[in-house]
Amino acid sequence: MNLEEIVGLAEQAISQANEIQALEDVRVEYMGKKGKITELLKSLGKMDHEQRKEMGQAINIAKGTVQKSITVRREQLQTEALNAKLASETIDVTLAGRGMDTGNIHPVTRTIERIQSFFGDLGFEVKNGPEVEDDFHNFDALNIPEHHPARADHDTFYFTPKTVLRTQTSGVQIRTMEKETPPLRIISPGRVYRNDYDQTHTPMFHQVEGLMVDKNVSFAELKGVIHDFLRNFFEEDVKVRFRPSYFPFTEPSAEVDIMDKNGKWLEVLGCGMVHPNVLRSVNIDPEEYTGFAFGMGVERLTMLRYGVNDLRSFFENDLRFLKQFK
Amino acid sequence: MKFSEKWLREWVNPAITVEELDEQLSMAGLEVDGVEPAAAEFTGVVVGEVVECGKHPEADKLQITKINVGSAGDGELIDIVCGAKNCRQGLKVAVAMVGAVLPGDFKIKKAKLRGEPSFGMLCSWSELGMADDSDGIMELPADAPIGTDIREFLQLDDNIIEIDLTPNRSDCLGIAGVAREVGVLNNIDVTPVEVNDVTATIEDKVDVELVNTNGCPRYLARVIKGINLEATTPLWMVEKLRRSGIRSIDPVVDITNFVLIEFGHPMHAFDLAKVEGGIKVRNANKDEKLTLLDETEVTLKEDTLVIADHNKALAIAGIFGGLESGVSAETKDVILESAFFNPVVIAGRARSYGLHTDASHRYERGVDYELQRTAMERATQLLLEISGGEAGPIVEAVSEADLPAQTAVVLRRARLDRVLGHVIGDDEVTTILNRLGLKTEFKDNSWFATSPSFRFDINIEEDLIEEVARVYGYNNIPNVAPVATLNMPTRTESQLDKSVFANILTTRGYQEAITYSFVDPKVQEKLFPAQTGLTLPHPISADMSVMRVSLWSGLLPAVVHNQKRQQPRVRLFETGLRFVPDTASEMNIRQEMMLSGVISGSIAGESWEEKAVPVDFYDAKADVEALLAQCVDSSEFRFEPLTIDNDMCVALHPGQSAAIYRGDSLVGHIGAVHPAAEKSLGLNGKTFVFELLMSELIKRNLPDAKPVSKFPSNRRDIAVVVKDQVNAGDLLKAIEKVGGNQLVDLNLFDVYQGEGIDDGFKSLAISIILQDVAKTLEEQDINTKIEAIVDMLNTQFEATLRD
Repeated sequence: MNLEEIVGLAEQAISQANEIQALEDVRVEYMGKKGKITELLKSLGKMDHEQRKEMGQAINIAKGTVQKSITVRREQLQTEALNAKLASETIDVTLAGRGMDTGNIHPVTRTIERIQSFFGDLGFEVKNGPEVEDDFHNFDALNIPEHHPARADHDTFYFTPKTVLRTQTSGVQIRTMEKETPPLRIISPGRVYRNDYDQTHTPMFHQVEGLMVDKNVSFAELKGVIHDFLRNFFEEDVKVRFRPSYFPFTEPSAEVDIMDKNGKWLEVLGCGMVHPNVLRSVNIDPEEYTGFAFGMGVERLTMLRYGVNDLRSFFENDLRFLKQFK
Repeated sequence: MKFSEKWLREWVNPAITVEELDEQLSMAGLEVDGVEPAAAEFTGVVVGEVVECGKHPEADKLQITKINVGSAGDGELIDIVCGAKNCRQGLKVAVAMVGAVLPGDFKIKKAKLRGEPSFGMLCSWSELGMADDSDGIMELPADAPIGTDIREFLQLDDNIIEIDLTPNRSDCLGIAGVAREVGVLNNIDVTPVEVNDVTATIEDKVDVELVNTNGCPRYLARVIKGINLEATTPLWMVEKLRRSGIRSIDPVVDITNFVLIEFGHPMHAFDLAKVEGGIKVRNANKDEKLTLLDETEVTLKEDTLVIADHNKALAIAGIFGGLESGVSAETKDVILESAFFNPVVIAGRARSYGLHTDASHRYERGVDYELQRTAMERATQLLLEISGGEAGPIVEAVSEADLPAQTAVVLRRARLDRVLGHVIGDDEVTTILNRLGLKTEFKDNSWFATSPSFRFDINIEEDLIEEVARVYGYNNIPNVAPVATLNMPTRTESQLDKSVFANILTTRGYQEAITYSFVDPKVQEKLFPAQTGLTLPHPISADMSVMRVSLWSGLLPAVVHNQKRQQPRVRLFETGLRFVPDTASEMNIRQEMMLSGVISGSIAGESWEEKAVPVDFYDAKADVEALLAQCVDSSEFRFEPLTIDNDMCVALHPGQSAAIYRGDSLVGHIGAVHPAAEKSLGLNGKTFVFELLMSELIKRNLPDAKPVSKFPSNRRDIAVVVKDQVNAGDLLKAIEKVGGNQLVDLNLFDVYQGEGIDDGFKSLAISIILQDVAKTLEEQDINTKIEAIVDMLNTQFEATLRD
């Protein structure tokens, strides 16, 4: 066989090899130790110089050609094999992932955490306190003496004449001021209780109260903080108004309204300058220090923020309700 | 406080709409709760007179009438069929003409009633939307002008304004007070109603003795004889009262109510015939009894001020009248009372008897102590006009020393600026205070302001600051960012925030729940019969009447709630206080923050890959372990099986529950709900719960870093056979001890019972990983260690190596 025929047969065999192993067999047949092209190279020794040079060159070219064809074919076969493997391994990626769904925190907690974050960044520390409270911390220290009409307005749950379920978290402010000295910036979130149950009242609900006491805390600053808070909370430039009101523990006092989408004012919180009697009850000199305090109903803010219509749904713990607050 | 807009405008009439008035009052701190029309919309109703009234030939209950409506009927009499019993000849009535539209878009048309034609309708109060129900048709006064539109005649184009007053503003509990405030806000004059002194025409009077002068510094009494209780209260008064939400009763009651609303001053009338001797204002005697106007008998307390005669209590002063001494149908002569009672002596008393009256509401907040004579003259004048009779002289008993003192309150310029954070000019401050009726003197950069007698709420500097800011307008004060001392708040690494635990649990599929702190005692009893929770004496309902001793008392019913709503897979957690009675704690109650969880249903819900597997103890335990792991070295915690005699084993399955300890302190429990409790609570399927003491959970160790060994580690697996009762945890703890420093990891990877293992025994397969920090462990070292472990297991646990 001459060289051309060998190369021709090799090329044909290469193109017909459909598997890596078959291709390898072809390679051995032509290029292996005893391969047809290798044999030709061995025969060069018997040739004279000129012929050897000429034939050697031709054989080496032929060897290069065959080698290249094998390489190309191998890559081709490898790609095909990989593609086939990938095709066979294809799965349905639209099937659900393994494991369980995550849950989420309660919408009331979510609102409390947001409020804590806004005020936390201003250096307000979170304080907690007891929910079964004595009448001193719930009333007396807050300038609500025994026969004050405000006591009647509270619908208080009494255990004994001296022990109540707290009607507001303000007791925490008193407990903090008893222990710490100004400057003070605290907020106290938590459960509060009033003996009232209907469409718009639950006997337990949540409040966040805040307190700032320092040398020159002013009503204008209270307005500034509340304004910033409400705009942050609703993430829009809500219209806010401060309406004079009365709380025994603050003076001047205000209720704060925001304007809803229908142009109606909605009350969202109460606030004011800490009453000097409150400061005195915890041995803070109202001449040296002034302070402001505010309190808001968490459920009400949550309802406005997320469009919840029924207050009672917060405490039914129905998973279908809770799962919406991802 | 509810009143007619027109009535207010008789006193003060600013050129503003009712909407503007609403806004103005609200922004001055007199929050307007609502503005409603004085009557519903209707048209075509006029005053008419019943000229003829005869029986309907076909119907017993109907009458056929001829009505004169004057010019409204072009001079013709109108035939109307009427069903009201009180319809009679000569009566002035409200006639809805054909074409009239009554409230509810009810159109009046020509009709035939049992064959008789009817061209209109005679109306009742309720048909015109001015009462919820009424008995018969309206009876208009005899002088009502025939043909006049009823809206005009009754001045129905009016609004009812309701304001929600804060306890400090008792001065606005009457038209006079609201008018005063509106005058201040609009800077215009107020025209009070003219009250003239009534000259006595008889000598009769009653003696008044003030025994408790502190409680009653001023008491005025006047005898009026020969009144006619049959007289009708004039319609203008009935209508004003109606618009204040008060029903007309009889002239005496109506007049005292009228003065109450007009001046905010309560009055009372006694039947002169029932009063023996004279009036004594004193405290109640021990166990003194009094039957009140509502016919209930109360036993009076000694702290209660009463109006008495020389023999008995007649009324609770400033709160409620007595039945016996009250005005009745037989009354001919009355004693009118107009008094000032000290708010401190009245406050809280009404409530202590379960009472709340218009009088007590005002007296406990404060009534103008200079208004008694005006109120008395006003009431006398009205009574004589309406019911006739003759008035005696006013008897006034007064203790000047006990009247509220009018002392000046000082408002410092600098303090005002500092508290408000905004400067309001001197002149403006003075004007505001003066308009509010305060007398002021400005010296040493301060105002010395004396309150008028009707303001009980101005006693300290802050009261004046509030008044100035309020009238100036809160919204005219700028919003300013606070300036504060930048003290760095404490941020502890050794105490975790509780939100960390919430994050872990929500990641593990839990929903946060918030259940009521008061629970159903029947539920709690089924779980914790040995513990009595703190009981609310006046709960909302029986199923919310006892404070929870564990969060499970609320969480388990929440599981049931969801299971009943086709939610079979429930994972809930809650953080909150539990309330454990404990005499060693403040207020005898230990209030501890707990973290509790409950799981029920399948582990991960149904999936395309595998069947839903129900949760078991180890699912709950994994979640608890994830929580405990936050403290860095969770080996401080241990789970100890509960024994059946443990109190917790009513709530928990004794074979599938554990107490969780941190060191020596009990920090919580975990387990399967006891099958009996599961059944009685109505739980569907196995339910697992845990509860942990937050105060222990948040304590976090700091990491104590150790070098990582450079030498290779070696794993040896052993399988030992032990008795069933042996707890794997104890066994592993013992191996740790023997393993010492060289033991770097230990894992129990198989528990086997069945073929090849005798009954009552189990095989535990354990991997032990050994490593030394200083050298490569030789085969011999490893074998020695493993042998030591096996020997120990044999001695301590009677464990044998499995072949």
